[in-house]
This record gives sequence, C-alpha cells and structure tokens, in this order.
Amino acid sequence: MGTPGDIGIVTPVQLRFDDVLTLTSGKTLSGFELTMESYGVLNEDRSNAVLVCHALSGNHHAAGRHSPADRKAGWWDLHIGPGKAIDTDRFHVVCINNIGGCDGSSGPNTSNPETGEVWGPEFPQVAVEDWVHTQVLLADRLGIDIWAAVVGGSLGGMQALYWATQYPDRVRNCVAMAAAPWLTAQNIAFNEIARQAILADPDWLSGQYQRQSATPTRGLSLARMVGHLTYMSADGMSDRFGRDVRDRPLDAADDQETVFQVESYLRYQGQQFSTRFDANTYLLMTRALDRFDITAGFGGSLKAAMAATRSRMLIVSFSSDWRFSPARSRELVDALLAADRPVTYAEIQTDAGHDAFLLDEPGYTDLFQAWMARVAI
Amino acid sequence: MRYDLTQVEAWITEGSRVLDLGCGDGSFLDRLQRTRRVRGLGLELDPQNLIAATRLGVDIVQQDMDQGLSNFPDNSFDIVVLAHALQVLNRPDQVLRDMVRIGNEAVVTFPNFGHWRCRLHLGLQGRMPVSEVLPYRWFDTPNIHFCTVRDFEALCHELNIEIIDRDMVSGTATQLFKQWFPNLFASTAIYRIRACAAS
Repeated sequence: MGTPGDIGIVTPVQLRFDDVLTLTSGKTLSGFELTMESYGVLNEDRSNAVLVCHALSGNHHAAGRHSPADRKAGWWDLHIGPGKAIDTDRFHVVCINNIGGCDGSSGPNTSNPETGEVWGPEFPQVAVEDWVHTQVLLADRLGIDIWAAVVGGSLGGMQALYWATQYPDRVRNCVAMAAAPWLTAQNIAFNEIARQAILADPDWLSGQYQRQSATPTRGLSLARMVGHLTYMSADGMSDRFGRDVRDRPLDAADDQETVFQVESYLRYQGQQFSTRFDANTYLLMTRALDRFDITAGFGGSLKAAMAATRSRMLIVSFSSDWRFSPARSRELVDALLAADRPVTYAEIQTDAGHDAFLLDEPGYTDLFQAWMARVAI
Repeated sequence: MRYDLTQVEAWITEGSRVLDLGCGDGSFLDRLQRTRRVRGLGLELDPQNLIAATRLGVDIVQQDMDQGLSNFPDNSFDIVVLAHALQVLNRPDQVLRDMVRIGNEAVVTFPNFGHWRCRLHLGLQGRMPVSEVLPYRWFDTPNIHFCTVRDFEALCHELNIEIIDRDMVSGTATQLFKQWFPNLFASTAIYRIRACAAS
C-alpha cells in the first residue's frame, strides 16, 4: 500500500441508451441518459471493475475534482483514489448519477424527449430496482460481465445488496455500509416530513416550478435540515455545537434570528442544498428509499434473500447511526450467517452518526482498505 | 504456534466449517484455511484484531459472546473453537451450551487452575496466583472465571456434554505425571466435546 494520493482532475461523460426502459411502476421511458465518471484503468480481462452506488443526495462525482479551482472533491474522495480503500491503481471505478437524479442523468430537471418540455413532476417514479436495472444495462454497454465489487453506503448500500441478490453471478464482492434491509416506520416518517416541507412551499407550484422560473428553496431547505439532523448523532452535535450562541448574548435574541450555532449550521446546510438539488428529485429519491425492501421477491424472507447471494460480503455499521442503526446491519449479518454465506461485519465506534461512512473514522478506513485489498482482480 | 492450537489443528478435518470464538488476529484460522482448507469464520470484539484478520483474508464478525450466540443456527458449523477464552466469559456455561448446539463438535482450551503451581501459590502464600502465563492480579484480570480440569468435567456432565477426547499441556519435567494426575500437572487443558446424543 503506497501513500494515498489524489485522483486529480476527472471529467464526467454522458451515455445515451435508446432501449425502452420499463420501470417497476409499469411506466416506460423511451430512452434515457446516464452521467458517469470512472477512475483507474479497466484491465484486459475486465475483471477489476468496481461499481460505486450513491446515496440520497449523491451523484456520479465520487472522487477527484472537475477543475483545479474546485473547492471540494467528490463525495467519497476519502476512500477512492491511488492507495486508498478503493484503490484506483488496482480497480477501475464506475459511478453514475441514478435516473431520477438531478445531476445530468435523465430526471425531473431534464427534458422529456416526447414533448421537449422539462419533465418536472411528470417524471415517472423510480425504484432502487430501476436504478440497478439501468446499472446492469450500463455494465453490458461497458462490457463488464462481472463486477469485482459493488459498493455503497446508505441508499447506495441498498443498491449493492439488491445487485448481490438479483444478479449474484455478476457480483464477486459486495459492500453495504450504514444500510438496512428496508426502512422502519420512523425512517419513512422523517422522509414524509421532508416531503411535506417541499409540498408546503408556495414556490412548489405543483412541481411545475421550473417552468415558472421559481424554486421551492424554503421547502427544500427545510427538508434537508430534517434529513441532515437524522444523519448526525446527539453526542456528535453536543461536541460540535453544544449550546454555543452565535455572536450576541442570549437575552438579546430576536425570535426570527438564529441564536445557537446549531441553528446557523442547519440553515446553512439547508440553503446550500436548496441551491444544488432538485425538489422533484428529492421526492422521487425519498419515495424510492421508502419503498425499498430487499426481501420483496423472496417471500418476505431476509434469509432467502441473502441465500441468493454469491458474493463475499462486507457489512459495516456505525455505533451512533440512528437512521440505519447497527441493529439493522445485524439483521443482514444474521441472515447471511443463517444462509451460510461468507460475511465480515464491523460496528465502528464513532459519534459521527449515519454520515460516518463518508468520513475517515478510526478503525473504519483501515478495515475497508484491508477488505478491498483482498478483492481478487 | 501455541501447543494447545497444534492439538486443536490435529482434530480439525479437511474442508470443515470452523467457527473460532475470540479468534484474535485471525492467524489460527488463516493457518487452518491453508493447512486444512477449512471455511472459517472468526468472532472478535477488538477493532485492531478485526483489521488484522481481514488483512489475512479471514472472515470475521464483530460480536460479543457474552451477549449470546443465538444468531447462529443449530449445527451450522462442523467445529466451534474456544481457545484460551473460557475464563474471560461472563457465563462460560451458556457459551458451552451454545458451542455444542452450533457445532457438531467443539474444542475448548483453558488454563488449569488446579495446576500444582497455582495450588502452591494459594496454599503457601495465601495469595491469588500470578505467573508468566497469567500475569494479572485478582482485581485487574480479565480472567474472571477460572476453573480446574475437574470443575470443567463436572460442568460438562451437568450440561449433558460428552467429552470425546482430551489432551493436557504441562512442563517437560512433569510430562509423565500429567496423564495420571492431569488436574495437578496440566497447565493447559484441551477438550474435544459434543452434545450427548440422547439429550
């Protein structure tokens, strides 16, 4: 293992698929586009390809920078690159923006080829199954019969699990971090609050905001604030913000102003998100998340679903993650054990909450790296 | 390799499914995977051991044995190993019961507290034994449930566990005596056990 380095400048590519895509909802797309980034060289046997699946607010830009002036690198740059866990000196890494997304692939903010108008709320509801289906079509296009690994965290982990259960012969190794076999009532409830925040925004305009040059930024901001809260832990927030106030004494506070640092932080997160994310996509993505159930198609049996896999499995949870708690990962691990499938499982001690999978936590990075180093190519 | 592990290895058949409880850095399972082509799984708590075992390509699950092993199905392994860890468990009896339920067979190794040195230490000095093998003092030791060879056999009887085979480790000077007086001369006891067929 060398000194971990940067990938450098990366450029996304746009891929057009003319196949008619029938979605799980029964609706069809006459064709679709995927925005993709890839890092590292695909070997002659095409045996070193790793698919990275993104989570709710992620996209194809997993690592590197688009220009030297870019302030931030891709969302998983800590773990993708030369000498990193997903080592681009060994692997050819592929990451796409899922359909229904808002960063280049076909989605509500792109135009409907049949009408020439922006899709908006008319873009059909997509599901995790549809994302994986388009990823299969992508793999076929790229000539990748078998992924060396399919890897993801959170909603990305669910895609990885779905790959392993539905396309067992095409996944040699599977990594699911901070994931769950399905969402709990509490998970769905938080997503519903986020959706209602968007729907209550006067600029929502029944989802036609783009045609009227409006943006439901307040709703989207509030949705993100709720979401972001569930990605952090109570201890992590106490450590980071405590009861620190912003810049003036507490008794001088006006109700309408942010007083505590944590308020200011959440508002900033919400604001940032509302300028880069699409509200229709947020509704689609959260609904896809709510409806996901890895046991669908296996008679509701998690053991049967895990028995269908043929991959080496790495399941990782984070102690302070209450969105997809370690207990949810244990359900996956226990089902794999019951099905006599090979699995490695770690619960990383951290107060970084659900988002810890994006970070460099003690014990996590080394384990991820050690496990990926054993992925044969 | 520790002598008790050499003996355990000898009892493991080619290609079997092995669960190693408290597998440490995974080096024993790694060895078995190479010498016996076993399908191994380790259980550990320590994060550094998790990383070390993963580096070796040993599958490992982070789990606390003291919280139970009920997530493992009956007879899901050919052999379940507990090497030098019996004495650190909160409830060794419950883990033993689970071991013979999960494995067709189980192997347990533990330091024999009935060894003459321990007895001498306690008998003459009136203090809890501290030795090179067991370097802790009574208040800071992770070894909370010491037992003797006779204690262990009595517990097996109580739990309806059959002793298939046993082997004792002792110092070279007492090699001969350990066969006749294992409880006095064995420093480490190694047992191969299984659930009684009738139970």
